Amino acid sequence: MATTRKPEGGRAGWRERYEATPERQGELFSTISGVENEPLYSPENVELDYERDLGWPGAYPFTRGVYPSMYRGRLWTMRQFAGFGTAEETNERFRYLRDHGQTGLSTAFDMPTLMGYDSDHPRSLGEVGREGVAIDSLADMETLFDGIPLGEVSTSMTIHAPAAMLLAFYAAVGEEQGVPLDRMRGTVQTDILKEYIAQKEWIFPPLPSMRLVVDMVEWCSERMPLMHPVSISGYHIREAGSNAAQELAFTLSNGFALVEACLERGLDVDSFAPRLSFFFNAHLDFFEEIAKYRAARRIWARQMREKYGAQDPRSWLMRFHTQTAGVSLTAQQPEVNLIRTAIEALAAVLGGTQSLHTNSFDEALALPTEHAVRLALRTQQVIAHETGVVNTIDPLGGSYYLEQLTNELERQAYDYFDRIDELGGVISAIEQNFQQREIAEASFRYQSEVERGERIVVGVNRYELEEEQPIEILRIDPALEQKQIERVQAVRARRDPDAAEAALARLKEDAAHDDRNLMEPILEGARAYVTMGEMCDALREVWGTWRETPVF
Amino acid sequence: MAGKIRVVVAKPGLDGHDRGAKIIARALRDAGMEVIYTGLHQTPEQIVETAIQEDADAVGISILSGAHMTLVPRILELLRENGVEDVVVVVGGTIPDDDAEELRKLGVAGVFGPGAPTTEIVDFVKGAVAA
Repeated sequence: MATTRKPEGGRAGWRERYEATPERQGELFSTISGVENEPLYSPENVELDYERDLGWPGAYPFTRGVYPSMYRGRLWTMRQFAGFGTAEETNERFRYLRDHGQTGLSTAFDMPTLMGYDSDHPRSLGEVGREGVAIDSLADMETLFDGIPLGEVSTSMTIHAPAAMLLAFYAAVGEEQGVPLDRMRGTVQTDILKEYIAQKEWIFPPLPSMRLVVDMVEWCSERMPLMHPVSISGYHIREAGSNAAQELAFTLSNGFALVEACLERGLDVDSFAPRLSFFFNAHLDFFEEIAKYRAARRIWARQMREKYGAQDPRSWLMRFHTQTAGVSLTAQQPEVNLIRTAIEALAAVLGGTQSLHTNSFDEALALPTEHAVRLALRTQQVIAHETGVVNTIDPLGGSYYLEQLTNELERQAYDYFDRIDELGGVISAIEQNFQQREIAEASFRYQSEVERGERIVVGVNRYELEEEQPIEILRIDPALEQKQIERVQAVRARRDPDAAEAALARLKEDAAHDDRNLMEPILEGARAYVTMGEMCDALREVWGTWRETPVF
Repeated sequence: MAGKIRVVVAKPGLDGHDRGAKIIARALRDAGMEVIYTGLHQTPEQIVETAIQEDADAVGISILSGAHMTLVPRILELLRENGVEDVVVVVGGTIPDDDAEELRKLGVAGVFGPGAPTTEIVDFVKGAVAA
């Protein structure tokens, strides 16, 4: 016989009342990455020792933020990534963004530059200036930063396999402007490991690639100490379809692999670790993203102190840049992307990012127009100045749900570290396609959930419009390719051929010797107007190239 | 028709965005087709050679680098030159509408943009190969 007793109080009583109400059917309640969510979190769900696990902003383990004052001291850097066409067009966009209040520069390079081909290489056909700016030599870099004082700005460059060449071009422009190298600030992404895992813009096999990265780290710590020589990047891992835990785990394991490579070189951990920086994605699952950033800081701090013996607190703290998720943008009803991006940006800010790029709403269709870029920047300005979220440090810290999710992502990351160790480390795991396969698996799972309607994407599988209104998109003038080809050929024709040849010969010679740092020969090449593609070709001859075994 | 439909999923150009290509490859395979994935950074010549060697019924080209108006026409031209223009060519990626129109005129059977369901692409390939 059914009793009519009143449900008790406390958790059990709530649970009973909860279960009396049927849950909505059809849509999943797990995070976008598939982490199961309880309907409610309370103290009994969370294991937390405040001092040990959270601590204080600016102090170990930095869960609540890397600086004592966070955004009350200084807002994050609003850094919109830009680049298209030739150096001239991008220089104009840089000036436009600076005029509208952007505080840092960030350069997107085109595909040939990322792959180490000059614009007149046959493989560059149709790709020049399409997805970023084409930079072939120091001459292009001079144009790119024309009228921009390199002693005053910090510049980020999204470049990996040929990062050393682009850093050398940047340094050489600084020299021409009379700025001492040790005054130049910025970040070179450089992180090559995530290329093999996710973005797939590689040139050389992993080992010589890592040697070149360590050369940059070593050289910067001596010559350009304000430069971040590597930004260890999870962004592309996420864009390739990974889930949040994979982004976290593979980024951090790549970071540790880099630390280990530098230690093998004989560098002191505290001589380089403070200049390592990170780059994460901001996806749509709001709390999961915030938890990811908090877990990332805590894991990095623990490992750097406990495992790698770093003594300098600056070696423990993880500073990172964030970009909202390009992969979350839809071509359908593109204006809705403004809303997605705003929510993602808010997660990045609540997660304590040091700098932020907000995507433009038209980016599922093409590179952004000026109008779309301005709105993206305004999104950050609204968050910074109108919402009040900057008034308190880590305002969601202590949320039962968030703390539990932070612990869970941390646990999943450590599981992955163990699996990668079992495979013989990061490079060995890459060679066995481990990370690539895990990402493909997660990506397919998510796509299947969308197609079954278990995940709703507004405008794509629900709330569709019969007829989409076309929006204005940016067109890259195909004539720019020819113009750029002529530019690089003119540079080769007017430089001192003996100096260029001598620099290339030295680069090849030094590349064949593992104990020689390649930054000086590359800088010598840059000054002699040797092109990026020529320097990459020289290294291809010595080191060979990488080809992956495709898996799906 | 006799046997499984054979599809080459190809990534021309220099971009490394392979999330879409891999999802499509898997969806086509799960739908019972024989799928050959070329991997990244393929030239038009390599793609056409693979299509011929593998005796493909269809070639699915995934491109997000913006170079589609250079590379896809080249692939179509090479297919014709090699006398295999009966191969169904399908393109996916960030392709603006007017470019998609142009590609169809040049002989591409179908163009799919971001957000296209894999079921739609699978059905399209089945229909186009049978036709």
